[in-house]
Amino acid sequence: MPDTRRNFLRRSALIAGTALAGAGLARSTSAAPLEVPPTAQQPGRPIPPASYGMPSKFESQVVRRRTDVFVNRQNWSDWSMTPLQHQHGIVTPNGLIFERHHAGIPDIDPATHRLVIHGMVKQPLVFSMDNLLRYPSVSKFHFMECSGNTLTDWTKVASTTVQQTHGLLSCAQWTGVPVSWLLDEAGVAPAARWVLFEGADGSNHTRSIPLDKVMDDVLLVYAQNGEMLRPEQGYPLRAFIPGWEGNVSVKWLRRIKVADQPWHFRSETARYTDPMPDGKWRQFSFVMECKSVITRPSGGMKLDRPGFHEIQGFAWSGRGRVSAVDLSVDGGKNWQTSTLEEPVIDKCLTRFRYRWNWDGRPAVIASRAVDSTGYVQPTVQDIMKARAIAGFVQHHNGVFPWSVSASGEVRNAIA
Amino acid sequence: MRSRDALLATVLILGAAACVTQTSSSRPPERPTVGFGHPISEADVAPWNIDIRTTDGRGLPSGRGSVAQGKVVYEAKCIACHGPEAKGGAMYGTMVGGIGSFKTNSRVVTPGSMYPYAPILFDYVRRSMPMDRPLSMTADEVYAVSAYILHLNGLVPADAVLDQATLPKVQMPNRDGFMLDDRPDTRAVRCMRGCK
Ligand code: HEC
Repeated sequence: MPDTRRNFLRRSALIAGTALAGAGLARSTSAAPLEVPPTAQQPGRPIPPASYGMPSKFESQVVRRRTDVFVNRQNWSDWSMTPLQHQHGIVTPNGLIFERHHAGIPDIDPATHRLVIHGMVKQPLVFSMDNLLRYPSVSKFHFMECSGNTLTDWTKVASTTVQQTHGLLSCAQWTGVPVSWLLDEAGVAPAARWVLFEGADGSNHTRSIPLDKVMDDVLLVYAQNGEMLRPEQGYPLRAFIPGWEGNVSVKWLRRIKVADQPWHFRSETARYTDPMPDGKWRQFSFVMECKSVITRPSGGMKLDRPGFHEIQGFAWSGRGRVSAVDLSVDGGKNWQTSTLEEPVIDKCLTRFRYRWNWDGRPAVIASRAVDSTGYVQPTVQDIMKARAIAGFVQHHNGVFPWSVSASGEVRNAIA
Repeated sequence: MRSRDALLATVLILGAAACVTQTSSSRPPERPTVGFGHPISEADVAPWNIDIRTTDGRGLPSGRGSVAQGKVVYEAKCIACHGPEAKGGAMYGTMVGGIGSFKTNSRVVTPGSMYPYAPILFDYVRRSMPMDRPLSMTADEVYAVSAYILHLNGLVPADAVLDQATLPKVQMPNRDGFMLDDRPDTRAVRCMRGCK
């Protein structure tokens, strides 16, 4: 590609996603005679005797990335983000599920891994992976979102792409065993109220979880999207707590302890708490509230021309199902309902679509989700009335606008 | 503390009950009548049983350490990442100061300003630090380096010696700095026309 402008466009498209062509392309351009593709004139690569299939080499830009907006001084307690602008369905491919670790990724041999349940139980129990795989299994589609998702973009624009603003979000089908079965087997004492989950990673990560939630729907997960967990997702075993901040779904799980009180660990006092205007910190703020974001078109993309564009995005709620997603193309003055695509699942990413005829004038597009409890996704201004949101903050579920310029450039318009 | 945790449990139970009615589809199927766990004694769990109930220090091991010993431990095992006197180093920012900063927009979050209970420091340092060799320190070393960090934050005197009895008694400035989750705290309305 000798032309430097096109090279530039191609490079920006690779970073952000895609340049999006509008309607009328076929009609306004006179077609050249088609060439027979060379791939149709020769055999392709032979089937290897054994392999794990990888994406096309032309999709190499679709990768997790650490954000360059918030740079840590080491990469053990750090994170990488899902390229949501490239995610075409509700399931995040296993190699693209976001990462947040506190001491890097351990490589654990499942043959030696053990899970122990003890504390306020009749009979402490230990399980091998073989033991756990003998139970009937349960598979559930659920989203997973880090409490810090979108933390860099509240009062000022910091990020470019939706991967940077919302990429601490993924969704998969998780398979495992209800924790309640194993706790019942161990015999939980009547006075028990809290449960500790502890990992086998170098941070020996721990959280205190209310027993009621654990008995309700928490899973011990060993598989994701049909295959065993990836090392960075907790191989061979993790907790999965539907609808709650990702940090509580402890990976590389090795210990469950039952008690009558929470432990108040660093991870639930000095971290994963939310600053409030009176100088206090909101603690045990587990639920990920209803949220949505437009992924296409989104920051860093370019609309090639006015005309037809499908607006696409995701909505989710830690409290239930998504019941509606409204769309505005005029910066929030007027809203229309978008189409929700089946399946619409409890505590799962839901896909919304909206057919937009862009008139070529500057526009601000945004989505606003409503969940099955009637909760309406707030704006940043709504959240600001309740919380002190300057600095490092968690649980930003505000409406997220993107601006579209007359030349079609799509940009972060949070402030 | 007790009453606060009782209240917390009630709030969370009510919250969970509300969830159940809304989202009954996520309830697991019935437990099979078989079980595959193997009995183990608490004595055999002991090498893993390191958690500390940080409100009162239950679970703290025996052992002790002074501020002076802690400075030696710190300079041998922590300074490379955390810098001299824990003021920030190659891999992490400051671990001192910030007390009184939470009513401003430049909150400085450190063990001194943020931890409501001193045993949190022992629990975290033992399980996660030094980052390049977690779970490698003796109880004496962890008490000592905890004493040193608390001293740098002005929370214990230079001659302090900490152990399972004295560490939980250290008064932390952010002890009453937390509140329960009271969300939803926004009341957005679903305006469709002529909004804002
Ligand atoms: C290899 C680098 C490294 C070494 C060595 C190291 N640390 Fe750390 N430490 C870190 C990093 C990185 C974090 C942040 C981890 C996180 O938040 O997940 C941290 C966090 C901490 C915290 C939490 C601070 C807070 O505000 O809550 C304490 C306390 C701490 N370290 C103490 C120590 C002590 C004591 C030692 C020596 C015994 C030590 N560290 C050695 C890298 C290191």
